[in-house]
Amino acid sequence: MRREFTGYRRESGRIGVRNHVAVLPTSVASSCVARGIAAEAGAWARATPHQMGANQPDEARAQTERVLVGVGRNPNVGAALVVEFGTEDIDAADLADRIARDGKPVETLSVREVGGMAAALQRGRTALDSLNEAAADARHESADASELVVGVECGGSDATPGIAANPAVGDACDRLVAAGGTASFSETPEFIGAEHVLAERCVDEETRRRLLDRVERREATADLIGVDLRGAQPSPGNQEGGLTTIEEKSLGAISKGGTTPVRGIVDYAERLPVGGGLVLMDTPGYDVESVVGKVAGGAQIIVFTTGRGSTTGNPVAPVVKVTGNPRTWERMRSNMDVNAGAVVEGDATISEAGERVFDEVLAVADGKRTGAETRRMEEFAITEVHPRELAEVRGK
Amino acid sequence: MKGRVLDGAALVLADGDSVATALGDLDDGREVRDGDRTVTLADDVPFGHKFALDPLPAGETVRKYGEVIGRTTAAVAAGEWVHTHNCESTRGRGDVAAEVER
Repeated sequence: MRREFTGYRRESGRIGVRNHVAVLPTSVASSCVARGIAAEAGAWARATPHQMGANQPDEARAQTERVLVGVGRNPNVGAALVVEFGTEDIDAADLADRIARDGKPVETLSVREVGGMAAALQRGRTALDSLNEAAADARHESADASELVVGVECGGSDATPGIAANPAVGDACDRLVAAGGTASFSETPEFIGAEHVLAERCVDEETRRRLLDRVERREATADLIGVDLRGAQPSPGNQEGGLTTIEEKSLGAISKGGTTPVRGIVDYAERLPVGGGLVLMDTPGYDVESVVGKVAGGAQIIVFTTGRGSTTGNPVAPVVKVTGNPRTWERMRSNMDVNAGAVVEGDATISEAGERVFDEVLAVADGKRTGAETRRMEEFAITEVHPRELAEVRGK
Repeated sequence: MKGRVLDGAALVLADGDSVATALGDLDDGREVRDGDRTVTLADDVPFGHKFALDPLPAGETVRKYGEVIGRTTAAVAAGEWVHTHNCESTRGRGDVAAEVER
């Protein structure tokens, strides 16, 4: 089994599998400019436009900052440009400083200060040229699977992720952890109904307590905004696909993390360790926001299982699509990377499919482009702190 | 996770599971061999859906992945389709609780 790949060594010591220059807007007001700057620069430039406003409550702002800093620090990013409109609460210079602590070249740009959109686009392009030159200095060197942090995500479920794609990806996670790497899955609402199984797998009482606390909090938050997860899950689409209860859905969902002990659970967009084994992240069930959380945590690659199909990608991390549904493999061939449908058709065991997933991850780490990358599918969204959740936090 | 394929038609994910998952659209009356016994489907079972391997009385737990995924709300015969019409979550049904409160 292959374990080596060639990546980009960063000053932080972490290894990237891509060498992007990230263009990070501090709010929705600078998102369009960020997109414009990146669009004309070249395939290496990647913008992360998002919907957050210029003024956010403290808790929400802290989360937005953590995501943007985390994405800037992701080892797939060789250099970054932080773009502000100029009226935001978030301080672009502060974000740039936090990203630059890793020794990464970072610059800032203020749309208001430089004189508007046209000037910002021009200045931005000049800045990106020099940042790209700096990023190109990164050492391109051989690395081991133990340096990979792989995030695992699920979207568009039917019965096949639970019986084929998720167990196959779980097998690949077991291989990665055995090789000394880090695997991380998330989507806390999908732990509900299987949290007792995960809790038993935690390495210590502290991790177990944190895990159950996060599950309880996600459920309470959903309740607060009028969603009863236990009543609303599985969704009508899931039910049509054959999922009957939330337990059935969750048991299938957690199989994508494999069978190794749960070594920790981190908050949304918090740093994931290198060489950490299986570490969960507390994220919402919405796949785009969840993927962004793990990429902000340092995941270089995302493995994404889907039954009914998905086109989701990410600006800085390659997203590897694995489907266990032979029909989806045929119908959405151009968006899929690994066919675990062979398991459903009886042509491969879970272990054989798992080896294919692991091999694909190593090939993608080595530079092979995923379907989502080829087609520039680059969704980016930051999870919001709901107003009622804020009120609750503040005891109002 | 170890799976066991029955007759090329259905998948049993763990020993002791009381349901099998259809690996294709299976027709009513189809016979599915499971070792020494044969289960005859009492309903059409669509791809990805489940049918009972054993007769299950009402209120019996339903097992898949070697874990409890719910319980029957009516008696289910072997070969019958198992889904939301005859199986519910054991871990709280928020929609039902809300109905009762009203």
